Amino acid sequence: MAAVQDGPMELDAEKETKPEILSDGTSNLSGNTASGTLSSSPLTAAPAGAAPKMEDQQTLIAVLQFLKRNKLTESVDILRREAGLGEDQEALDGSGAGKGEGDGGDTNSLLSRVSMASAAAPQSTLTPMPVKSADQPDVSVVLSAYSQQGDPFLYKVYYSDLKNFIESVLDCHRAELSQLFYPLFVHMYLELVYNNNENEAKAFFEKFSGDQECYYQDDLRILCGLTKKEHLKGNEALLDFRTSRFVLRISRDSYQLLKRHLQERHNNQIWNIIQEHLYIDIFDGISRSKGQIDSMSGSLAGEAKREVNKIKVFYGLLKEPEIEVPLDDEDDEAENEEGKPKKKKTKKDSMGSKSKKQDPNAPQQNRIPLPELKDSDKLDKIMYMKESTKKIRLGPENLPSICFYTFLNAYQGLTAVDFTDDSSLLAGGFADSTVRVWSVTPKKLRKVKSAAELNLIDKESDDVLERIMDEKTASESKILYGHSGPVYGVSFSPDRNYLLSSSEDGTIRLWSLQTFTCLVGYKGHNYPVWDTQFSPFGYYFVSGGHDRVARLWATDHYQPLRIFAGHLADVTCTRFHPNSNYVATGSTDRTVRLWDVLNGNCVRIFTGHKGPIHSLAFSPNGKFLASGSTDGRVLLWDIGHGLMIGELKGHTDTIYALKFSRDGEILASGSMDNTVRLWDSMKAFDEVETDDFTAATGHIHLPDNSHELLLGTYHSKSTPVTHLHFTRRNLLLATGAYNSQ
Amino acid sequence: MAEERRQKLCSVILPTESMKAMAESVGVGSLQEDSCLALSEEVSYRIKEIAQDALKFMHHGKRRKLTTGDIDHALKLKNVEPLYGFQSQEFIPFRFASGGGRELHFYEEKEVDLSDIINTPLPRVPLDVSLKAHWLSIDGVQPAIPENPPPVPKEQQKTDSTEPLKAVKPGQEEEGSIQAKSQGASSAEVKGKEKMRMKPRSTHELSVEQQLYYKEITEACVGSCEAKRAEALQSIATDPGLYQMLPRFSTFISEGVRVNVVQNNLALLIYLMRMVKALMDNPTLYLEKYLHELIPAVVTCIVSKQLCLRPDVDNHWALRDFAARLMAQSCKTFSTTTNNIQSRITKTFTKALLDDKTQWTTRYGCIAGLAELGHDVIKTLIIPRLSVEGARIKAVMDGPVVSNIDKIGADHVQSLLLKHCASVVAKTRPLPDVVDQYKADYGYLGTLLCSHVVKARAQAAFQAQTVNRTTLTITQPRPTLSVSQSGLSASSGSRTPSIIKVPSSLTLMSTRPGTPTQPSPPATKYIVMATSAGAASTQQVITLSSSQSGSPVTNTVPSTPTSLQPLVKLESGNTGAVSGSRPLQKYIVVSLPSSSSSLENKGSGVLPSSTSPISMESAVKLERSESPAANTQSPH
Repeated sequence: MAAVQDGPMELDAEKETKPEILSDGTSNLSGNTASGTLSSSPLTAAPAGAAPKMEDQQTLIAVLQFLKRNKLTESVDILRREAGLGEDQEALDGSGAGKGEGDGGDTNSLLSRVSMASAAAPQSTLTPMPVKSADQPDVSVVLSAYSQQGDPFLYKVYYSDLKNFIESVLDCHRAELSQLFYPLFVHMYLELVYNNNENEAKAFFEKFSGDQECYYQDDLRILCGLTKKEHLKGNEALLDFRTSRFVLRISRDSYQLLKRHLQERHNNQIWNIIQEHLYIDIFDGISRSKGQIDSMSGSLAGEAKREVNKIKVFYGLLKEPEIEVPLDDEDDEAENEEGKPKKKKTKKDSMGSKSKKQDPNAPQQNRIPLPELKDSDKLDKIMYMKESTKKIRLGPENLPSICFYTFLNAYQGLTAVDFTDDSSLLAGGFADSTVRVWSVTPKKLRKVKSAAELNLIDKESDDVLERIMDEKTASESKILYGHSGPVYGVSFSPDRNYLLSSSEDGTIRLWSLQTFTCLVGYKGHNYPVWDTQFSPFGYYFVSGGHDRVARLWATDHYQPLRIFAGHLADVTCTRFHPNSNYVATGSTDRTVRLWDVLNGNCVRIFTGHKGPIHSLAFSPNGKFLASGSTDGRVLLWDIGHGLMIGELKGHTDTIYALKFSRDGEILASGSMDNTVRLWDSMKAFDEVETDDFTAATGHIHLPDNSHELLLGTYHSKSTPVTHLHFTRRNLLLATGAYNSQ
Repeated sequence: MAEERRQKLCSVILPTESMKAMAESVGVGSLQEDSCLALSEEVSYRIKEIAQDALKFMHHGKRRKLTTGDIDHALKLKNVEPLYGFQSQEFIPFRFASGGGRELHFYEEKEVDLSDIINTPLPRVPLDVSLKAHWLSIDGVQPAIPENPPPVPKEQQKTDSTEPLKAVKPGQEEEGSIQAKSQGASSAEVKGKEKMRMKPRSTHELSVEQQLYYKEITEACVGSCEAKRAEALQSIATDPGLYQMLPRFSTFISEGVRVNVVQNNLALLIYLMRMVKALMDNPTLYLEKYLHELIPAVVTCIVSKQLCLRPDVDNHWALRDFAARLMAQSCKTFSTTTNNIQSRITKTFTKALLDDKTQWTTRYGCIAGLAELGHDVIKTLIIPRLSVEGARIKAVMDGPVVSNIDKIGADHVQSLLLKHCASVVAKTRPLPDVVDQYKADYGYLGTLLCSHVVKARAQAAFQAQTVNRTTLTITQPRPTLSVSQSGLSASSGSRTPSIIKVPSSLTLMSTRPGTPTQPSPPATKYIVMATSAGAASTQQVITLSSSQSGSPVTNTVPSTPTSLQPLVKLESGNTGAVSGSRPLQKYIVVSLPSSSSSLENKGSGVLPSSTSPISMESAVKLERSESPAANTQSPH
């Protein structure tokens, strides 16, 4: 007896400190089988110290004895097989139990308990068993986690009991413990569904779904359709819900309170779910407020674990390569009438010195290999610097002008847009599988002549690069045909020689903007590819799709270099960090993740969105990330600390476009609600106090100051904003397709 | 909230009857109830699953509407072959049928004759995607250009004007209180009230650009350059950002009318009425708040005793017609149960009409104003008065010559009455049309009315025949017009509802100065119009327009027998003929182009859908073309 008792006790003790799942499947199973009936009995005045495990065992044995006494041998056999109890073990335990009966006041209660359980046994405990054992082999292991059987009629009782408890605790704990509702609700519901208690499941859903937070609405909608065990197998979203453990962050006090309650009430069903399917991240200190919790919750798998966001991220920018700029003559040329090249030069110097200083947060220059700069790249850099000297300083007092490019007659549906960095080209992806490239400058798009014509060219001439271009077919726009499904993502290479497009057909295509033909089709995603983007240095690109992974590619490899797996649902948008060492992905599971390109690890998980994320933007200094979702909110994240630092409310529909101004003072957001909004990002970043405590615990208290940060709202005429781009001089370009209905 | 959500989330499954019906459609005869239930549950679940996936495609397609394409893609994800044949349609026309206790929604597939498809002309190729750039914001300020939505949406303007208390917002409230203070409002109570009542919009300050714009526009509207005026009016009619200037415009118009009525400056009155029209045409403006200024101005232009210096020759009738139509339009748009515009206006007109001492000009205006309000008004208020008015007209026509002005006035009133009443009578009075009966019923006007009614009936029948053809033969959209043409003067010509901003009319004007008619006109710019109208003692003038409309009226100028010809040609031919035959007919040209050009427009299918008013416009067109000449000839 003592030996038997000790084992589970130890396990339990461990559980208290380290809430890990019990790896011992069988014992778990056997224990849980009876636990439902046990706790259901109204007479459970069991000793307070007794652990549930031990009691389970005892009850099981008691049931066996009862059955034997009543000559129900078949049932005994089944139960014994099910429970995995040997004949001898039972005898041993039986005698142990007998002894126990003799010596304590327990006896009566135990006996009465046994009789209660046996009454319930034929209906609830025993009948489902054959089904379960029959199904066991062909259902995945994951599903088997639900095979535990409680009395389906009592799920409601458990849940409402817990609900009553949580509603009665002190305010400071209530908010934290309320987090339990949703995951428990989902797991209990799934458990009911899994065990073919369809009607109970429906009743359970009906009774409690209204209590859930409104941001789980979408998931609940999926859940309510699930009423059959067969449905569980195919449903990926819910498979994820079961495999990954829902993460909750609860203060130690609240957790103790909960544990004590569950033990008192012997609410084992719930306790088991908590043990098996939830990960409770306990912290010391003051419990969080409702607002704090709400701002972080909402994702498919709960909040991020704290350790996840502790990894060091090198968010600094890479050192600018030294380019000897032939400043003077060019400046003279361009600016002679202004007569201030001198002034400029000093400015340039100061800029140069700034970039020479190595940022302590920046990664090693060669942390990931980057392509060498070509001559043309250097020229472009020079152009960039020159342009940026003419850049307008933006601020709350000095808002940017917005030029709106409207796509007219886009009946086929505009699905993606990208501008080149120098704002000379515009690419649009359409639902009719085409990609169209426009020149938004007077310079027309020319392609290289055909091979036959190229043969005729004097290759020695100085302007050979001009000569190879076909002047005759020059036009303002070119159409690229090749995809066989809507094009959901387009991205220009930084050198403007290539264009990437990702499509519903599962491929990513690389197009040459010299010949306007397709160069490579990258296959690997198999499912729709929602987004793709070139690295700011070219060569690498990232893509994300319906297959729930993001992939890192290099243009000269037909297979991905890295696969970033971890999202629980579609990867909807992908963005490179300005230093190209990290990739941010947004997903339908309502999280944003940051991945290290070097080793493929997930280094940040940001939760807090209440809807699928459709847009991401890094601040130019690489420190911050902004994300926009279908719920119409923009969230701001501090990458270094791994914290949410702002929430921008105002949009009323999905945000499809986010962009920081070139200096990062202004964040522009464009949405389905036909507006462009400008936000004071500087103020948003400054106002957050990131002291040690918040950094350590991750409990951020967000000021609700959206309306203060909102600098401007600009309505368009029924034109949803699909893309935003700041030119090098800080003029904001917006695009969208006019929608005549 | 929770209730609502719960309702929304309860799981719905397809009825088992659907399963049965579907099974039957694929040849499975008897399906057991259990299998049906199992099937329907499974099917419902799968459908939901597909819908959820399709939603993803919708989101990524950046749309708000789920399309059949999304469903196809979602099916593809599940490795199911998409449904063919549903792609192109905007909506799927499921039809409903019930019978035998069953209800079905099905997709009707019609049999299509291939030759029909081959023989139908190809539809127009849709336009290719194109890019258009505009400024959404300049240095943080959104410019009020047509590409941008109006700064204050019309709906809000409406609520502002109808429910001012609701419209006041927190920020604007402060503004209001500040104003109240600056105005030195006496007691705190008054201040508080004012704070609440204060109109939120800044009617007070216009930006420099707006001031410049206002100055330019008003100057152009009443200036001498017709091209500029057209541009200005176009701007008023289309620009979305005029909301703030609206009070100024309305004051400008009402003051302008007040001054110019006294000075009898017909031209300026016409210009101002055109401004009113342009304001009303602007889809982004809600004029309700300014009706108290605009309506008196418009009504003045309808019923004023004298609108021009020389009532015997100037065509102030056209202005009255135009203003009457504006009035009718504003009644239609703004009349509510609270402001009762229509009934108040009707009362005003009727009162003037009933007064024996009313002048012919005012009488004309009243009748025109009432007639524009619709058939019902004509039926109840004008037709009963026909015999009285007829007697009055008879007294002038047959009696001793009182004054030429009265005669002209009576003449106009007669033609106006005939024009409007004929169509109504034609609709309401049963056949046959007996002249004697008409005489008995309507007195002096009975004879003429009878012939008009007959003509109206014929016209209506003719239209009914030809109405389906899109050829040029359809001349008149409104029966009233055809009727009016036989006996009536230039006003009938100018009455045709159409928009004359068509190149043809312009060329017409350019040709006109060369014609021999030019020398005749006296004093003012609009004289040309006036001469035609004034001297237009019926038949001669009308001929052309009537011949054009296909009604075989009277003597003179049958030069264009066919119903339609290119405008310019028509005109030149006519002028030649006319000037040759009679000296009187100089003016014909003037009245004609308006009518003919408008007819031309109509014929060529440019017809405006609404019967909105443009006699003035046409009159103005004429006068515009004249204006350079007139200016030089007779500085006004």
